[in-house]
Amino acid sequence: MGLSREECDDINNEVNSQTFDLREVTRGLLEEHRNDAPRTTVLSCLLAVQEQLGYIPEEAISEVGKHTGHSINDVWGVASFYTNFRFTPPPKHIVEVCWGPTCHLLGAMDVLVAIQTKLGLTGEGDLPDGSIGLKYNTCLGACSQGPVISVDERITGAMSAEAALAVIDITLNSSVE
Amino acid sequence: MTEVYRDLRARADELWTDLHDPNTVWIRIGTTICGRSINALGVVESFRAELARRGIKSVVSEVGCLGLCYAEPLVDIRSAAVGRVLLGPVHVGMVSEVIDSVIVNGNTNLSSVIGSFDKSLDGVPMMSEVPGWGNQHRIALRNVGQIDPGDSLQYIANEGYAALDAALSAKTPAEVLAEVRASGLRGRGGAFFNTGTKWGFLVPSPDPEKYILCNCEEGDPGAYNDKGILEGDPNTVIEGLTLAGFATGASNGIIFIRHGHKGPINRTKEAIRQAYDLGLIGEHILGTDYSFDIEVSLVGESYVSGEETALMEAVEGKAARPRSRPPFPAAVGVWGKPSNINNVKTLSYVPEIVRLGGEWFSNIGVNLSKGTAILCLSGHINRRGMYEVDLGMTLQEVMDEIGGGVPSGRKIKMLQTGGPLGGLLSASKMDTVLDFEAMRAAGAILGSGGIIYGDDTVCAVDLTRLLIAFCQFESCGKCFPCRLGMTHLLDMIERIRGGKGQQEDLELMRRYGESMQAGSLCGHGQLGFNPVQSAFRDFMDDFLVHINEGRCPTGSCSQYAANPMRTRPGPEATAFITDPYLRT
Repeated sequence: MGLSREECDDINNEVNSQTFDLREVTRGLLEEHRNDAPRTTVLSCLLAVQEQLGYIPEEAISEVGKHTGHSINDVWGVASFYTNFRFTPPPKHIVEVCWGPTCHLLGAMDVLVAIQTKLGLTGEGDLPDGSIGLKYNTCLGACSQGPVISVDERITGAMSAEAALAVIDITLNSSVE
Repeated sequence: MTEVYRDLRARADELWTDLHDPNTVWIRIGTTICGRSINALGVVESFRAELARRGIKSVVSEVGCLGLCYAEPLVDIRSAAVGRVLLGPVHVGMVSEVIDSVIVNGNTNLSSVIGSFDKSLDGVPMMSEVPGWGNQHRIALRNVGQIDPGDSLQYIANEGYAALDAALSAKTPAEVLAEVRASGLRGRGGAFFNTGTKWGFLVPSPDPEKYILCNCEEGDPGAYNDKGILEGDPNTVIEGLTLAGFATGASNGIIFIRHGHKGPINRTKEAIRQAYDLGLIGEHILGTDYSFDIEVSLVGESYVSGEETALMEAVEGKAARPRSRPPFPAAVGVWGKPSNINNVKTLSYVPEIVRLGGEWFSNIGVNLSKGTAILCLSGHINRRGMYEVDLGMTLQEVMDEIGGGVPSGRKIKMLQTGGPLGGLLSASKMDTVLDFEAMRAAGAILGSGGIIYGDDTVCAVDLTRLLIAFCQFESCGKCFPCRLGMTHLLDMIERIRGGKGQQEDLELMRRYGESMQAGSLCGHGQLGFNPVQSAFRDFMDDFLVHINEGRCPTGSCSQYAANPMRTRPGPEATAFITDPYLRT
């Protein structure tokens, strides 16, 4: 608000020069995506970017806009709507805990509290050192094996608090190597 | 029969015969999402390594889940000596023993043996007598777990694409539509709308570009049957979709899946690629004049995107918020073209209906609910899994004969059916039959087929809070009665859960519920009060104990409550924005 078009462009150019790399990376990704998808949309581009980078960098918002012929606001509207998109670089590992009704009845809250206590978190979020992050999931799709958690998209069922802590330990240790 | 299909069938039959060669052992291991979550892939690796080490000629296939998830990892062994036997659970450490005993010595006296499919063996029950398996009627699930979903020829060897071939070579689109009409098939996504009627809406449109969408968003916690079918037998969905396209004169099919579910996504993409290669979809299908294209469309995490108009928005790449109707999708749908949306389960019945006739299907089921129900049983139940039974079974029979009752001698208290919007049903209504109208009359919905069992340790207030927290989190925010109503409902039920609720809260919640029902565009807001309403109806005592005595009758309300309540986007998500265009 209050900025002229030129001023905006100046600021944008300044930002662009600092983040040249991510912009290039995104462009490459989107080209690749266009080649292997029959139809590209704002959503499919964003999913492709997140799939590769693990998050949606700011540069990607405007690049996806250019690529699909939409305004930045349109792209941002889509990106902010779906809860799977994140806008900061991801931690090394992401743990998702299912809190759907089946897992809840079978003890998902014990699992969740154990993980939160271990990581020192009170809700969702990443550890400051970027080693691991916790996310809630409404249903991971393996209800018959609940409670279920997923570590880096690998789903593990029949969890208990102890088993979950063991899984986290293994995960954290594996990244030391 | 078309020539192309005759050749394919010959190739497929040859492959199938090879798999049943007396000198080969064929091992099928369920590795869909439920199996993978308890290391079925490790079991596959062990079998492959161990069989190779011993030099036993064998094929180890990764197949869909047979549905007996309680006994996973499931291992299905076929050899000349023992016939076809099912074992489970078989963990990695047991692989060597299983190979020694069943494959090398032909001895099936193992505690992990569940049953035999074909040969009568000493001390082993026939699968048709195994509880939970024998009383199923598998139509949509006929191939799930039986064939390798990564090889379309195995599907063809089991009458796959026979219906498509028969339709394209000998029937008119109107005849195919008539079969589906005669079958009385109704949409299995939850609304139970007559499928033939729905397809009929699309037929008259003269537009050359028409879409059939297959909905596998499946955000309902407690339901995994859509993903189970796509991952275990994607070809039945592709064939059903193509038949739907033929009957309605559509040009394109889109299979819509939530991103991140790599199993179903990869299986579906691979099956589509093979179907193109084999000439089963694409230009001039099976050498006839009909052409139909199928693609996969992915969506981000959003429960509302399973709603038909929101789904079309998502296919177009926008935020999944429902559109107002009219215009209805059959007139103006995805990309502004006439469209028709069907659930995965609905489409997976279509090949068998066209092959065996509508009348055959209409004789299964009860009243107006024809065919079978594909149920996902989970929670406090012994035999958790995915089952297909005739509609008309009572909930009691489902729990006892299929599910095997409640574990550790506890008593059943409630059922949560048809996804989070279905609400709670008291165990006193277990004589209700699986029938869309009967379930609705009892105050529940059959919905997508998920049934979650809760025993007497579960507090209705706690579970209702969870369902409302889900609905609040997933409200897309377009209609304010839903957006605000859900937030208020959650606030109030949390107050009650914390023992600080008042009698007036109950009345206030009812009033919010009425506004949400009257003022929301889609089912999410319209049915969003259902969890509370059904809990009021069947479990008012639980609420009154919280309000009058300030305590929880079962103690489950004292546990931590995951509360992902947040507006979209969260403040942390916008903090990084430096782009001045975005700031304005």
